Amino acid sequence: MSNARANILARLRARTAEKTPVDLDRGFESPDWSKEERIEHFCKAMRSVKTEVHLVSATDWANKLAELAKAKAFKNLLYAPAGPLATQIEAAWKKDSELPVLVTREVDVDGWKEELFFDIDAAITSTRSGIAEVGAMILWPTPEEPRTFSLVPPVHIAVVEADKLHNTFSDAIINEKWYEGMPTNSLLISGPSKSADIEQTLAYGVHGPVELIVLLIQ
Amino acid sequence: MHQTAEFHKRVKDALNNSQLRSNFRVAMDGLMEKRSNAFPDKQFLEELRITGSKLRANALVKQADLLEQLEANCTRNGIKVHWAETIEEANHIVLGIMDSHNATRMIKGKSMVSEEMELNHFLEAHGKECVESDLGEYIIQLDHETPSHIIAPAIHKSKQEIAKLFQSKHPDIPYSEDIETMTRSARQILRSKFYDAEIGLSGVNFAVAETGTICLVENEGNGRMCTTAPPVHIAVTGIEKVLEKLEDVPPLLKLLTRSASGQHISTYFNMITSPRKPGEKDGPKEVHLVLLDNQRSKIYEDEELFDSLRCIRCGACMNHCPVYTKIGGHAYGSLIPGPIGSVIEPQKFGLDKFGILPTNSTLCGACGEVCPVKIPLPKLLHRLRYEQVRNDHTGATNGQGSRRSAKEAMIWKLWSWAHARPAVYRTGTKVAALFRGLMPNKMGPWTRVRTAPKIAPKSLHELAREEGFDNE
Repeated sequence: MSNARANILARLRARTAEKTPVDLDRGFESPDWSKEERIEHFCKAMRSVKTEVHLVSATDWANKLAELAKAKAFKNLLYAPAGPLATQIEAAWKKDSELPVLVTREVDVDGWKEELFFDIDAAITSTRSGIAEVGAMILWPTPEEPRTFSLVPPVHIAVVEADKLHNTFSDAIINEKWYEGMPTNSLLISGPSKSADIEQTLAYGVHGPVELIVLLIQ
Repeated sequence: MHQTAEFHKRVKDALNNSQLRSNFRVAMDGLMEKRSNAFPDKQFLEELRITGSKLRANALVKQADLLEQLEANCTRNGIKVHWAETIEEANHIVLGIMDSHNATRMIKGKSMVSEEMELNHFLEAHGKECVESDLGEYIIQLDHETPSHIIAPAIHKSKQEIAKLFQSKHPDIPYSEDIETMTRSARQILRSKFYDAEIGLSGVNFAVAETGTICLVENEGNGRMCTTAPPVHIAVTGIEKVLEKLEDVPPLLKLLTRSASGQHISTYFNMITSPRKPGEKDGPKEVHLVLLDNQRSKIYEDEELFDSLRCIRCGACMNHCPVYTKIGGHAYGSLIPGPIGSVIEPQKFGLDKFGILPTNSTLCGACGEVCPVKIPLPKLLHRLRYEQVRNDHTGATNGQGSRRSAKEAMIWKLWSWAHARPAVYRTGTKVAALFRGLMPNKMGPWTRVRTAPKIAPKSLHELAREEGFDNE
């Protein structure tokens, strides 16, 4: 390899001493919101970017999921059998034989990429937490719930727990101590995919999900 | 001068294109309104801008250390870091990675650095296929164009023009001028490209030294696709994008999305810290980060121009620029248009090539006022106007003094000589007043749309004396 690294660093270092250090106060302020206010901000911001938000409880969300899956006539629903949502999804599906097929693949995505890209209607994932201020959910995909689940199928359904909402993004990073170690991939998601590249006119459903459904557990 | 004549021709063509002017006017008005609505509280905005500018300045002051920290953390996380002084080196690094995988198909997320590298052109010459996946970038790639705006690359086109373009390139898809339908068509067309691509390439919005994390801001999901679906991900970035800490990201993200398009947050904020780990079922098995200098470390040398490296590429300065709004992005002839382009591009490629750009401004100050990281753009435009005519050979800027004209220099020398000598100055104004009738009515381009100025019969000094003011 060339000396690019050494040359670049040497050029920068030759001038670093001349630069005035910046007096930085990183004490970012956070609003003083109650849980209800956080829910209100989260729902309002999420809905403003065309997310379908349903307020549910910790015990009945899977029934709501079944109801939506039926109403929207999905052919199938991708879920993570080893993920935190599996038990309740499987229980709800046992109650009704008319529901879309539950799909699961234990192997690496490379082994069934074609099916994932072209044959899956919807996928459901859990979330790590959320940000009330801007209406975003935080995902740290895991081996059980891979990152393509929230990306490739046309519909993404996410379960968000209101107790885990932070006021701001700064709060999430600091309260959850992200600086101690980041996962392979972490994501903020706010709404279904969109573009305004043609005449600055907003159109939903580009390369990510066309629809985002949030089940918010109060 | 060659550069000037070509520039004037492009400006003239743009001004005579009423479709183009209307496309820009409508789009820029919309973007200005969206930004303004996203910052209802002006004091909040000002405080956030101060925070943003300090965070960026801090990262630049510590840049050498932070780049080393970034490299160490990325390497520990399994991301391979490459350094390139020139775009040629950067291109060869990307090509080398592709060749090591025998790869021929690349899918690209939006990256201005890859445009700076002219990567598509380079790779295509080596037999590789590069497909742009950002909707705007895809549209201009179909038409073999370059971006006319850093955030909205196809903003110069109307929906009718895009519909016709789609029809000519994809005759199998039914013609439609409906924006949502066209957007969905792009989804259909590109889905198989995401599926097939062997290499995904992306830019970088922030590179966090503390954790070795690459951050990407996007709405379409194409950025996530490019960094998730193919087995290899290559991220290309300018060295100035590094930040010190993860907690520096939220204020800058807030400034970026609100300044760019009035969004409180983008649909996706994608943070990548490592390739696929054992046990994980998807994601690229290899992640590369290419750090490109291309004159950035030279810009770094100048205490004042160094501020231009704070830029977070939101595009607000161009959205609010009265000149950009009239002539559009292509007339600039540079990759990055608008005020920030007029500051950065001449420094990167030389004032001898782009010295005309800093003069292409009314210095109205709007760009400096809206910049989320408080880059003093009008001051820097002014500085580059000076750099291109100074001849003391002491500055660091490429092409310094290249636009100096002997005639202009002499006129100013005479001007300063006369103004330092009251007797000469008085005689001069008297003579001018005496011969005021001889002033021509036609004075070149100036009088094409204006009446010619006339010298007043009495100078201001004379009028003041008549009013009883003394020489003090």
